[in-house]
Amino acid sequence: MLIDLCKFLLVAISLFFIGLCGIMLNRKNIILMLMSIELMLLAVNLNFIIFSVFLDDIMGQIFALFVLTVAAAESAIGLAILVVYYRIRGTVSIEYINLLKN
Amino acid sequence: MYLLLIFLPLLGFITSISFGRYLSPKGTALITCSFMLMSLFLSIVSFFEVGLCRCPVYIRLAPWVDCEMFDASWGFMFDSLTVTMCFVVTSISTLVHIYSTGYMSHDPHQPRFMSYLSLFTFFMLMLVTSDNFLQLFFGWEGVGLCSYLLINFWFTRLQANKSAIKAMIVNRVGDFGLAIAIFSIFLVFKTIDFCAVFSLVPYFSNYTILFLGYSINCITLIGFLLFVGAVGKSAQLILHTWLPDAMEGPTPVSALIHAATMVTAGVFLIIRCSPIYEYSSDVLFFIAIIGAITAFFSASVGVFQNDLKKIIAYSTCSQLGYMVFACGLSNYSVSIFHVFNHAYFKALLFLSAGSVIHALSDEQDMRRMGGLIRVLPFTYSMMLIGSLALMGFPFLTGFYSKDVILEIAYSKYNFLGTFSHWLGCFSASITAFYSFKLIYMTFLGNPNGFKSSIQGAHDTPFPMGFPLAILGFFSIFIGYLTKDMFIGLGTPFWNNAIFVLPQNLNIIDSEFIPIYVKWIPFFASLIGSLSSIFIYHFFARSLFKIYTLSNVFNSVYVFFNKKWFFDRLQNELLISPLLKIGYSTTYKLVDKGLIELFGPSGLGKSALKLSKQVSLLQSGKVNQYAFLIFILLIVFISITLIFSLFGSYVNSEFVFIIVLCMFFNAIFKKQ
Repeated sequence: MLIDLCKFLLVAISLFFIGLCGIMLNRKNIILMLMSIELMLLAVNLNFIIFSVFLDDIMGQIFALFVLTVAAAESAIGLAILVVYYRIRGTVSIEYINLLKN
Repeated sequence: MYLLLIFLPLLGFITSISFGRYLSPKGTALITCSFMLMSLFLSIVSFFEVGLCRCPVYIRLAPWVDCEMFDASWGFMFDSLTVTMCFVVTSISTLVHIYSTGYMSHDPHQPRFMSYLSLFTFFMLMLVTSDNFLQLFFGWEGVGLCSYLLINFWFTRLQANKSAIKAMIVNRVGDFGLAIAIFSIFLVFKTIDFCAVFSLVPYFSNYTILFLGYSINCITLIGFLLFVGAVGKSAQLILHTWLPDAMEGPTPVSALIHAATMVTAGVFLIIRCSPIYEYSSDVLFFIAIIGAITAFFSASVGVFQNDLKKIIAYSTCSQLGYMVFACGLSNYSVSIFHVFNHAYFKALLFLSAGSVIHALSDEQDMRRMGGLIRVLPFTYSMMLIGSLALMGFPFLTGFYSKDVILEIAYSKYNFLGTFSHWLGCFSASITAFYSFKLIYMTFLGNPNGFKSSIQGAHDTPFPMGFPLAILGFFSIFIGYLTKDMFIGLGTPFWNNAIFVLPQNLNIIDSEFIPIYVKWIPFFASLIGSLSSIFIYHFFARSLFKIYTLSNVFNSVYVFFNKKWFFDRLQNELLISPLLKIGYSTTYKLVDKGLIELFGPSGLGKSALKLSKQVSLLQSGKVNQYAFLIFILLIVFISITLIFSLFGSYVNSEFVFIIVLCMFFNAIFKKQ
């Protein structure tokens, strides 16, 4: 099977970096941040699938499925936390989320 | 028997220092004195066996430092030189022990005093019997320690503390030279055993080693450094300043230091190392010059001192000068003969000075004495014998060695010989002058003391008088009795203990010098002594007037009385800059500066500061954390990549140092 691995990987890496930039540069909305994390997980999934096809190994695809489930559960938990947080603090803006400090 | 000779004094020391409290002063005195007497007896037997029957004894007792490269053992070597010194040390020490039982009888710390005396003797015996340089160094340091303890015996007196510390530190300079000498001996010969080193010396006479970047003949270097050690211990010029100050100790200690232990150690070292010195004529030249100058210098200072003990101390210094320049002229046997003779009359002088001081209840200034001949006739006669022996009055002990030294100096027929001969004769005259000044001012002149002190004066009790009588006997006869054995032509006494190169041998020449030259020392001392009595009898008052009226005479007097300003020169030129360096550089910059900075407090502070700076990073904002993680990940990955590419070209230690410097720079930039 002739696959140009580099081009496929380029897509995955650029997706990953878009997600990373979404986290680092975003200052306002925490939902955006959750979405960026999802994006990065998807990029990683894509990597898994690409290599599973490239190496002709089914393990990668199974792993991608696992990651999908875990990601779904994690985003569900994250959204639930956000809802609770909004109820308590009345905002989800990142600027005001600095409870970690001190 | 030979080991017992050395270890009996140690036994005496241990017993009296540990159980002195239970044994009472008299008990400790009895124990230490009897141990010393036994030691003396054994040393007489060993003198007979080794010296007279010519059977050297070598004992290898136990290994000490034993590794592949370096081997030093507790070994003892008894040859003629050793047994001679053993006899001197044990005999003087025994007499001083007996004397101290009387002299220190009123002192509450007498057991401690007796134990220190025994320890002193033990270390000196260790020094003279060692068969390698390391063990010699052990005895050498031990002697220094004991001199400190004994000078500082009355430790509540500030002056005694000062003198003791001075003795210790000045000796440290010499010990430093000796230590380097031992290192270089090991470097060159790969051993420090006397027998091995001395037999190897001729093969190394053209061998050079690098010292401080200069290439120097190794024998010259070793000889010079050994001589530095001897200068410190034997109080030669420059390092002599501790000896007169050591008079702060009790008088028996002064006798012991000056006659048998301590100061003779330096001369002993030179004589022991005669095979090394014989192959370096440069060092011999230097030794002779220093010795001759010391002899003259100390004599000239001695004239202008007023303290009874200080005069005798300077005369010791001067006599040590004679011994040293005799060594420098390659006449080691004459030198050890003078050591031997000098020990007896110097001990006699000191002990009789001690009994004068004891009688006058601790008055030492000669200007407050006088007329004591009626009160202390026995002490006077002993002092007279000692002084006559010291100035070399014919047929007394000093005559036999001192005149021979001057004769061999004359018969060298070169600059060195003439130089030391004339300085020696001149100092002989001065020696006679101050000896008679001492006798006149103390015993013969008008009484100048306080009535209260003279009223209570009494002549020496038996324990103090007995050693004096024996020493007086020795001061009269021992030179005559032993002259042929020690320095007679072709005497077989020395075996191989002393080595003289055949071209340096000149004791035969000294027999053929003109007769008037042989008379010079006698007339010099006669003139000195007569003029002394003349001046102090008739012109004492006008002398005082001259001092006070004339500025020139006054400044001359101050110059000599203040010891040629040697102490002041040393204080101002050497010691205060050194102290400044010690305070500002070593203490402030290094100890409290660098080491604190990189050591405990610096690290503690930097950890605090660093943690503060790190905690600034903790903003609590998730996006910044993510950014930091990303950046640092990239940094670490790139570091590993760069090192895998260029690692082989970069010195990792250097990089580590640079990183460390940057780290510290970052920390301390804001301080």
